Amino acid sequence: MVSRGFFGLRRPQPSRPLPPGQYWEQGFPVLTAGVTPQISLKEWRFSITRDNDELKTWTWDEMLALPQSDITVDIHCVTKWSILDSRWRGVSIDTFLEASGLDVPEQFVMAYCYGGYTTNLPMADVRQGKAYVAWEFNGEPLEPRHGGPARLLVPHLYFWKSAKWVRGLRLIDKDAPGFWEQAGYHMRGDPWNEERYWGD
Amino acid sequence: MTVPQGVIWQQARVESIRRDTPTVKSFLLRPATWRAFRAGQHFDVRLTAPDGYQAQRSYSVASAPERTGVLELTIELMPGGEVSPYFHDVVVPGDAIELRGPIGGPFTWSTADGGPVLLLGGGSGVVPLMSMLRHRAMSNAGDRPGATLLYSARSLSDVIYREELEAMASADPGLNVITTLTRSAPSGWPGPARRIDLALVRQSIAATGSPRHVYCCGSDGFVESVAKLSVEAGVDASLIRTERFGPTGA
Ligand SMILES: Cc1cc2nc3c(=O)[nH]c(=O)nc-3n(C[C@H](O)[C@H](O)[C@H](O)COP(=O)(O)OP(=O)(O)OC[C@H]3O[C@@H](n4cnc5c(N)ncnc54)[C@H](O)[C@@H]3O)c2cc1C
Repeated sequence: MVSRGFFGLRRPQPSRPLPPGQYWEQGFPVLTAGVTPQISLKEWRFSITRDNDELKTWTWDEMLALPQSDITVDIHCVTKWSILDSRWRGVSIDTFLEASGLDVPEQFVMAYCYGGYTTNLPMADVRQGKAYVAWEFNGEPLEPRHGGPARLLVPHLYFWKSAKWVRGLRLIDKDAPGFWEQAGYHMRGDPWNEERYWGD
Repeated sequence: MTVPQGVIWQQARVESIRRDTPTVKSFLLRPATWRAFRAGQHFDVRLTAPDGYQAQRSYSVASAPERTGVLELTIELMPGGEVSPYFHDVVVPGDAIELRGPIGGPFTWSTADGGPVLLLGGGSGVVPLMSMLRHRAMSNAGDRPGATLLYSARSLSDVIYREELEAMASADPGLNVITTLTRSAPSGWPGPARRIDLALVRQSIAATGSPRHVYCCGSDGFVESVAKLSVEAGVDASLIRTERFGPTGA
């Protein structure tokens, strides 16, 4: 349907196409459902969990001792903004899983966070260099309101999957909806298929 | 989990347009298919140019869920913006607007959720809170949890829904509306004239009692600040829900 009298601003477009319905944002907006938690590096932990057992836990310093990656990626938020070429430093989920030495037959994970947020992901979307725990954004420590000290980074999915203040990954056999997914957001959230909401 | 029900694009007809403030207008839309919503939820609007170029934005519903058949969207003009100037300068009654919704889960409230409820709104962030208050006003007086709206606006002429809020509050001892003017206040203005601070949050909490639910809505900076103040005022962080309208705004 053409909107009468609408021509669009057509601001300078990025050199590569954005996923459908997204616009190019030069800042770094914030989207959070609640209060920003303040987590000290001393108390910070990241765990791989099965049922309620923390099978393997890293402190901040233990995480920094793992092989790190620098990644430059585009970020797509379900609220329509995209930021391009954002630079992150983190440790890949592959590295955590390998370092844990665990046998992992599960096909899904539930990321859980300081502050209570959760989001579900297929294992295939967090392996093979597709997901990280990241603590540096454009060369600076990640601010608390953007998920610092560290957030999950799963850049190929909508940004709500990149859980802020991440505290661990729970290994699960069957997919189950996390916080936004229970509220009507898509179970997978691929921006290129515009999987924003249930039924998309 | 309930069976996922997709939110599909549909057309809505613009029935009427009201000017609320120099920079805010409200649009009464009648969607082709009515879908019930909860106070606090939003709809996505999609505009399409003749060559297929599209722009999408989210807008909270301002009307009460009880007012079935129509949706009121209240839109603040963002100078240089793509979608809000279109609504302000181009849209007239009779136009068709493409939208889909309702969307959003955590930022919703109904009288069944109980209270007291503390609503903290900055600028157009008052919009979803207004839906909650209109919903509350439409329930039986005996079923209305206590509510306080602490509303920050730049000046008196920027206060959206001013008369309606005054009428609602004067008719209802369970509702307190505290408006604070951050940029300019008329001489003799009886209310506060400063940015929301700890004292104002404390005063709002004292007005209705320790809140069971807190909703903060406005620009990113506003929400960050008032959510933090609520925690400082002793509110458990798990009771606070936030909605940010984006990097710009009041
Ligand atoms: C859940 C949700 C609910 C919302 N509810 C409401 C509501 O009820 N009422 C309401 O008014 N708003 C609401 N918003 C905000 C709304 O979605 C829009 O963000 C807002 O209307 C601005 O859109 P726009 O297209 O007019 O401006 P945009 O085109 O998005 O621009 C916004 C501002 O940034 C500037 N800008 C953007 N890009 C550039 C650039 N490349 N160069 C220079 N300047 C730039 C523009 O000049 C403008 O001032 C809501 C947002 C969310 C996420």
